[in-house]
Amino acid sequence: MPVEIDIAKVARLARIGLTEEELAHYGEQLQGILEHAARVQALATDGVVPTAHPLPMVNALRADLVEPTLDREEVLAQAPDREGPYFRVPPFLED
Amino acid sequence: MNYEAVIGIETHVELLTHSKMFCGCPTDFGADPNTNVCPVCLGLPGALPVPNEQAIHWTIALGMALECSIAPHSVFHRKNYFYADLPKNYQISQFDLPLCVGGHLDVDGGTGERRVGITRVHLEEDTGKSTHLGGSGRIHDASGALIDFNRSGIPLMEVVTEPDIRTPEEARAYAQELRAIVLALGISDARLEEGSLRFDANVSLRPEGSTTLGTKVEVKNMNSLRSLQRALAFEIDRQNGVLAAGGTIAQETRHWDEAAGRTESGRGKEESSDYRYFPEPDLVPLEVGPELLARLRAGIPELPAVRRERYMAAGLDATAARTLVAGDLSGLFDDAVAAGAAPRAVANWLSGEVTAHLNRTGTDAADLTLDGAGLAELVEMVDSGEVSATAAKDVLAGVLAGEGTPRKVAERRDLLQISDVGALVVAVDEALAAHQDEVARIRGGDARLVGFLVGQVMKATGGRADPQAVDRLIRERTGA
Amino acid sequence: MDPADLSIADAAERLRAGEVTAVELLAAVQRRASMTEAILHCYLTIDRDGAAAAAEAADAALARGEDLGPLHGIPIAVKDNMVTRGVETTCSSRILSGWVPPYDATAVERLRRGGAVIFGKTNLDEFAMGSSTENSAYGPTRNPWNPDRVPGGSSGGSAATVAVGSAFGALGSDTGGSIRQPAALCGVVGMKPTYGLVSRYGLIAFASSLDQIGPITRTVADAVTLFEVVAGHDPSDATSYRGEFPDPRAESGRGVAGLKIGVVRELSGDGIDPGVLSAFRATLDALAAAGAEVTEVSLPSTEYALSAYYLIAPAECSANLARFDGVRFGLRLPGDSVEQLMSASRRDGFGPEVTRRILLGTYALSAGYYDAFYGQAQKVRTMVIEDFSRAYRDVDVLVTPTSPSTAFGVGEKTADPLSMYLSDICTIPSNLSGDPAISVPVGLDGADLPVGFQILAPALHEAVMFRVAEEVERLVGFSSRPALATSEGAA
Repeated sequence: MPVEIDIAKVARLARIGLTEEELAHYGEQLQGILEHAARVQALATDGVVPTAHPLPMVNALRADLVEPTLDREEVLAQAPDREGPYFRVPPFLED
Repeated sequence: MNYEAVIGIETHVELLTHSKMFCGCPTDFGADPNTNVCPVCLGLPGALPVPNEQAIHWTIALGMALECSIAPHSVFHRKNYFYADLPKNYQISQFDLPLCVGGHLDVDGGTGERRVGITRVHLEEDTGKSTHLGGSGRIHDASGALIDFNRSGIPLMEVVTEPDIRTPEEARAYAQELRAIVLALGISDARLEEGSLRFDANVSLRPEGSTTLGTKVEVKNMNSLRSLQRALAFEIDRQNGVLAAGGTIAQETRHWDEAAGRTESGRGKEESSDYRYFPEPDLVPLEVGPELLARLRAGIPELPAVRRERYMAAGLDATAARTLVAGDLSGLFDDAVAAGAAPRAVANWLSGEVTAHLNRTGTDAADLTLDGAGLAELVEMVDSGEVSATAAKDVLAGVLAGEGTPRKVAERRDLLQISDVGALVVAVDEALAAHQDEVARIRGGDARLVGFLVGQVMKATGGRADPQAVDRLIRERTGA
Repeated sequence: MDPADLSIADAAERLRAGEVTAVELLAAVQRRASMTEAILHCYLTIDRDGAAAAAEAADAALARGEDLGPLHGIPIAVKDNMVTRGVETTCSSRILSGWVPPYDATAVERLRRGGAVIFGKTNLDEFAMGSSTENSAYGPTRNPWNPDRVPGGSSGGSAATVAVGSAFGALGSDTGGSIRQPAALCGVVGMKPTYGLVSRYGLIAFASSLDQIGPITRTVADAVTLFEVVAGHDPSDATSYRGEFPDPRAESGRGVAGLKIGVVRELSGDGIDPGVLSAFRATLDALAAAGAEVTEVSLPSTEYALSAYYLIAPAECSANLARFDGVRFGLRLPGDSVEQLMSASRRDGFGPEVTRRILLGTYALSAGYYDAFYGQAQKVRTMVIEDFSRAYRDVDVLVTPTSPSTAFGVGEKTADPLSMYLSDICTIPSNLSGDPAISVPVGLDGADLPVGFQILAPALHEAVMFRVAEEVERLVGFSSRPALATSEGAA
């Protein structure tokens, strides 16, 4: 089954900055894998309920209680860039 | 051609839980940056979310207050988009199976009551907060941004209406009523200025009489009820202008600029979003059974609409009832009435002086240094003539300034009326002695001068004399 | 005997008899590691100081009469996709190079509380995506039986270190066979518990609804021990099992007489190497001879299981790996905007297999394709589960070879992702169903490479799975060790 892939759009959605060549390479590989995976479409699944979870569990919740937080210095020590008590990043547009 | 506006509102309400939506971090506003954080709300590798039961219960409670159906089976989804202050680069939200669907809220924007359909109420998590750096303070000139993740993961309820609203006034009335409900339920502090209540609106125009929807524009960044109303009025005008000039409306997001008083085109995300929603595999479904529903329903307090009816039954007019409920003054009102004060007198104080004070100082009812007992005392002091109506306003000002109870304030500020007849007689006799010409003219039949003499006595007593008693004494002595 | 070659059970016994100390056990695995690491590269990080301190503390505690249980003082390795506080955790990815987590995974914490000495962090396919441990940004791990071969994956470092004796046991994680397949290829025992029995908190997620942590050991009894220490309800994991925990030893020692064992037809014939098949069949004969009733069972939907898996796992991973963006931790490349920074960091930070799966998953979830791919895969998942429940009406356990082949050559399958994916064909169904499964070594093929025998059981029925596993181990008596596991071999 032929599969249509706008690989540049997919890469943009996934925030992976690939070159044209890389895009072509991955596009071709995805094509092959997806054509194999598309076999699932051949299966008659009318009335079959999708499974998102292997265990039939519901309502795994927590009580509204405050727990200890992390030490800020330990957290910010791992930051690629910081300014004072903040993480720092280049500019971005507001949504 | 005449157009009518079609408005839908999305409201985000930050819940007042102790801990965040999916972790145990505290939610207090104004904490030091990046101190209320843990692996979960920082999106560190390996961390897993566990939902806060209280937030779920409160969302159901709001759904009930809005007459929604509560879904017996509900699911969290991942909403995927990359954003610097969204730590996991997906937001845990709800998609096709939200907690509450299909309710309504009746509002009156001054042109009669309208039923606004509630499409859904769902639960999600808030993002972190960024501060954009740069000379002009404008985002596209910024040199960078600083991120604080304290807000990340705070429970956020989203309430979505049908496009049932027609005017900016109705939009404001809807927002005000929703806020009043949230406050009555005690599930959020609903402070617009702190962002714990946020409104976005979708606005489109269509020819009057048409039933199809026009191109909708999303308006964001309205930080008060007033700016919601202003922004919508501006946007409707703007769209009318575009259409009148033969133009077409672009589907876009526009930001309200409060200072400039206009909406401005969003800085254009170049691609249309594709959120790739799918069921959150780190969580299991929610199931709400009849016992929980019954328990939550029993816990719903008196809602604003019911409360307003009760107040009107007690003799208040509709405006006063609405003001008390919308301004979150009903607690004060109920307490003062319970302490024995007459409902209408209490309502007059609350919807008049007290509301004016709140507006002037930009504070909330919760910040008031006036309680129900104090208000009842003030009403009683006016009734018994201990303070004059004019002096009572000064007394209240003193109470609101934190100077103490009305009686203490009246004593300290020397505002108690002179009720000792002996002292009044002395003051009256002094005035009569000082104005013998006028007394003679009164005796000669010119009763209009009584008022003048009363004024003289009031002046001499610093306003503390009871004008009616003074009037009576003067007439007795002059035979007027 | 070199203490490094003891089972956990034997080492624990000698510790308590005062014949050996925890410090000596640690020294033994350190010696073994120093002889073999240059060839095998099982470890990304060896925590010398932390392990030494833990071993000394373990000895001191025992001397005081404090006994923390069966892992007390035993050197254990942890796959480097489980976070360890203060010890670098990279998932074999450049994007996490240098990242030092501020917290411990629940499984790691349970190891520590059980007195285990965490020796180091083992190599894996980047983010656990792969079947050969060749997709590591820090170089591949080699198979101790033949260093020209792969150890399997993605828990290749954990399987290889246990096989060669540079750890007594190890934790792996299994999303599509990542514990069982490398265990099979390295000749050790590897077990994937029922989904939800071991907390995933602190396991860096690949595919949340499939991932499960489990033990890799040299004996079935040791696997039970390690499993018991790490299993248990964890309130920090909403998918953690909350019911009564099944006793994995409940059926131990009962043999297999009268048990009904179903051979999965679709996974035990076509596409399985002859060397694997002959060891597999010999084991079936031994089980039958011991009184088991061996029958053939069909799981028709397994034909589609691999396809469903290669939609579900990438879809979940595409979201799970979105957090690696260069903002809060890990690799950051410069960019004029956040978007550029993220795109550049992720391009350089992820290797080709991870990139491929993120793209695949992003596509499978995107507008217009969801129903055809992800939605349909979830329905196939339901059908796989239904197939299993039908089969378990007639049999107690199911069996298959663990892997269609023994260890393949380094570089042999890297160019063809699909052929690599096929090496998980026998293990994937139980990840889709969430059921437990174990691989037990049952012999060597013609090239002297180990063959694994897989036993599957219904969810929460670890007891019967272990019962059959220990009987297979006893009946087959597989006792070969790789030549590298001796000082002569390493020299």
